[in-house]
Amino acid sequence: MPLTDTVTTEQQNTLTVRSLLVWGLLAGLVGGLLAFGFASAFGEPSVDAAISIEESGGAHEHSHGDAGQAHDHGTAAEEPAEEEPVSRAFQATGGLGIGAVAYGLGLGGLFSLAFAFAYGRLGSLSPRASAVTVAGLAYVGVVLVPFLKYPANPPAVGNGATIGERTGLFFGMIAISLVALVLAVVAARALSRRWGGWWSTLAGGAGYLVVVGVAAALLPAINEVPTGFPPSVLWEFRTASLGTSAVLYAGIGVAFAALLHRGLTRGRTL
Amino acid sequence: MTTHTVAVPTPIPVRIPVRQILPYAIFTGILSLIALYFVGAEQGALAVFDGTTVHELVHDARHLLGFPCH
Repeated sequence: MPLTDTVTTEQQNTLTVRSLLVWGLLAGLVGGLLAFGFASAFGEPSVDAAISIEESGGAHEHSHGDAGQAHDHGTAAEEPAEEEPVSRAFQATGGLGIGAVAYGLGLGGLFSLAFAFAYGRLGSLSPRASAVTVAGLAYVGVVLVPFLKYPANPPAVGNGATIGERTGLFFGMIAISLVALVLAVVAARALSRRWGGWWSTLAGGAGYLVVVGVAAALLPAINEVPTGFPPSVLWEFRTASLGTSAVLYAGIGVAFAALLHRGLTRGRTL
Repeated sequence: MTTHTVAVPTPIPVRIPVRQILPYAIFTGILSLIALYFVGAEQGALAVFDGTTVHELVHDARHLLGFPCH
């Protein structure tokens, strides 16, 4: 009997990457749908407000590089003659939903792989706490810290001519932050034997903050908010943007934790 | 003071060997990044397809997820 018990326990605790991926995709679907709901309720009003400012000419005009075609947000009232690939109404509903769910699925898949590496390697954290920790760290490293340097911008903010530079800097900041975060976690775990978990975690956190702080100080600033753009709309949009990602990451972390716990306790790892 | 040992049904994490994760990580990582790319950046700074349909479709999600849009 003792032998059987040991085998059963091990089977319950040993996960396959396959089941983690399935749970990650399901969690991504949940997170994407929740983020879609949040963005519809809290993000769309400021997007609409920004688009109407853009179209009333209150802010400087921007265009795509290709063929000098003006960026079309699909105003029905003003320019019905212009061809629009996607209507404004669909952009704000179906398009937002498709984007959020596709993004959620991709992120859920990546999350499950990050979790596969982190699982059992984060000290004494329980499985659910590990899942929520990975999601929280990912939010800080991928969303929050890069946002503090290069915040999200609503329509009407941003010069079309600098899109390449801005995209490069934005992804560069994410890459620096993510690499620093992973190194900080690895270093904290390695130091925990000598220093104990408390000090090693503090040291890892401090090291991460120093690296991203230096990067943020050295990278060029971007401010393309047109004069006259209402600050309240900008604030509303940016908080809604942070919130949308927070809902997405929290949804993925919590849904994944629930699926993981269910699988581990019932021995159903798919 | 004595401490009581209580059986807690919390599973203890058993790490998955990196060797076992890698093939999934590489393949799914690439597929997932492509999905994120299409929502976040296609027909913005870079473009695989001509036109603006993908850009316009995911326009609001791209803005609200914090990507530079235009």
